Amino acid sequence: MSDQDRVLDSEPAAPASRGLGNLVPPDLRGFAVLAAVMLVAPLAGGYPIFLMKMLCYALFACAFNLLMGYAGLLSFGHAAFLGSAAYLSGQALKVWGMPTPLGLLFGAAVGAVLGLIIGWLAIRRTGVYLTMITLAFGQMLYFFYLQAGFTGGEDGLQGVPRGTLFGLDLGSDLTLYYVVLALFAAGFLLIYRTVHSPFGQILKAIRENEPRTTSLGYDTARFKLLAFVISAALAGLAGAMKTLVLGFATLSDAHWSLSGLVILMTLVGGVGTLMGPIIGAFAIVALEDKISDLGSWLARVTNVEWFASLGESSTIVTGLIFVVCVLAFRRGVVGEIIAWRARGK
Amino acid sequence: MTELFGVPIQALMGQLLLGLVNGSFYAILSLGLAIIFGLLNVVNFAHGAFYMLGAFLAWMGLSYFGLNYWVMLALAPLLVGLFGMVVERLLLRRLYGLDTSYSLLLTFGLTLLVEGMFRSIYGVSGQTFDMPDQLRGATNLGFMIMPNSRAWVVLASLVVCAATWYVIERTRLGSLLRAGTENAALTSAFGVNVPLMVTLTYGFGVALAAFAGVLAAPVVQLSPLMGQHLIITVFAVVVIGGMGSILGSILSGLMLGVVEGFTRVFYAEASSTVVFVIMAIVLLVRPSGLFGRER
Repeated sequence: MSDQDRVLDSEPAAPASRGLGNLVPPDLRGFAVLAAVMLVAPLAGGYPIFLMKMLCYALFACAFNLLMGYAGLLSFGHAAFLGSAAYLSGQALKVWGMPTPLGLLFGAAVGAVLGLIIGWLAIRRTGVYLTMITLAFGQMLYFFYLQAGFTGGEDGLQGVPRGTLFGLDLGSDLTLYYVVLALFAAGFLLIYRTVHSPFGQILKAIRENEPRTTSLGYDTARFKLLAFVISAALAGLAGAMKTLVLGFATLSDAHWSLSGLVILMTLVGGVGTLMGPIIGAFAIVALEDKISDLGSWLARVTNVEWFASLGESSTIVTGLIFVVCVLAFRRGVVGEIIAWRARGK
Repeated sequence: MTELFGVPIQALMGQLLLGLVNGSFYAILSLGLAIIFGLLNVVNFAHGAFYMLGAFLAWMGLSYFGLNYWVMLALAPLLVGLFGMVVERLLLRRLYGLDTSYSLLLTFGLTLLVEGMFRSIYGVSGQTFDMPDQLRGATNLGFMIMPNSRAWVVLASLVVCAATWYVIERTRLGSLLRAGTENAALTSAFGVNVPLMVTLTYGFGVALAAFAGVLAAPVVQLSPLMGQHLIITVFAVVVIGGMGSILGSILSGLMLGVVEGFTRVFYAEASSTVVFVIMAIVLLVRPSGLFGRER
């Protein structure tokens, strides 16, 4: 990504306001507001399963953004991490009888190990080659799950039990919702810490100028690999959470179109911003959910019957958003807000 | 019946030919990708969509206008090439000078758009393309019965690849293209219209993909998604071969098609993943690709 397009999230923060604001660092305020909204959302009539789905994808997009936005590595194979963890944690919970907390950790571990292997191979090349390599390995794993017996092929791995977490019965949607929200917040704060650590600064240096970072004495390959592993582990956690919420894992979790979708989520929200991927994930998940309603509304208003079938061809809409975002909206929602506020000062 | 490695030679040769057919598609597509990447520094994700577009145009020409396969073999690449030039002028051009990921993402979006449109019209199930009479039947070579249609695909691909190689490596037009690839600013200082060359190169690259699509129409299942299965494999082929050399793209495309064919004989389950395994090995042993040089 070029310099002028990248929004610096680490620009000097505005002087902290008095009162409550001092409790929360300025760049976490957006997240604090969001967390407060999400805490009351199911009580205010939000459908818990839908909200949980949003949170799983938001964590997935945040994990992806750590790699793309901060280390500048565009992976096109992130669905492989989410999908593998979704399948294997589902298998662990259902067939091996693993307790739920272990199953979730197992999902993250699956992601981490795969991230280590794929990342180790992919970082041997840079730029667009890395993108093609991750895409190819993602496809390879997809074919593997297509043929492997335990995944149930086209039917998916069904009937994964939710179990209990430290005595809490997760059968209740509302209980599970708060567990998922807590896990999401923990994952987000881990990314926040990573980005603001010296390690995160080195990742940004690699993104801006890798040869110079090398010449400063940093072993850039090791840093890139570690970023890969953290990102894949969190994507794995998101996959395990998704299986737990929905009770199944399917082939579409591992398909490359999901890898494309997570790029779109990050791009819409703002690459290299903390809140962007969350906003983008919420927007895209809501869009996918509402697209057939949108289509029938458009058909009614414009009298063009074709719109009524928009629900079945959602890729047209995602493709269009992709083209528009890349051409005219590269900063994304949050990036535009940050740039607008910087101009105002 | 003669056997080789415990497999009837007839089956072995059949799979070898099928592998060569697939390899021909890999070769033409990776050749186009390499030419486009060389001059434009764009990884054209939409290459698979243009391949599908070529196949569908051939089918549409036959079903709606009664134009036969041979006419469409020339017409479809021309139309797709023109469409590609419009895409380059209106969309891709805006992204030059930015990071290369943006053009990859733009062409990815275009892929979704084009494939989505065809899906909403024709569904995901395949269409069948009537084989032209000249390609029906088979030739007995003594050691195997060779279907004429497959032989034609391999032959036509080899001719097109060889012609492209000749134009790029041995003619004045090709030397201008190579000069532009090496140093665009210096080439334009010598009075070459580089922006025009860029547009024509993109058009030619995607026309190659459409040509492969027309060739594929009678021998594979026509479906709006036929391109996306192919393009990811072609990316792996490109990583294995390296995008630096024209001949390298052609050779690695053919070679990997044959390897895939042989894998189908000996261990069918691995045939869809063998290319990716080879890619992993190449990355370990020779990261810049078999024929590549690090750019």
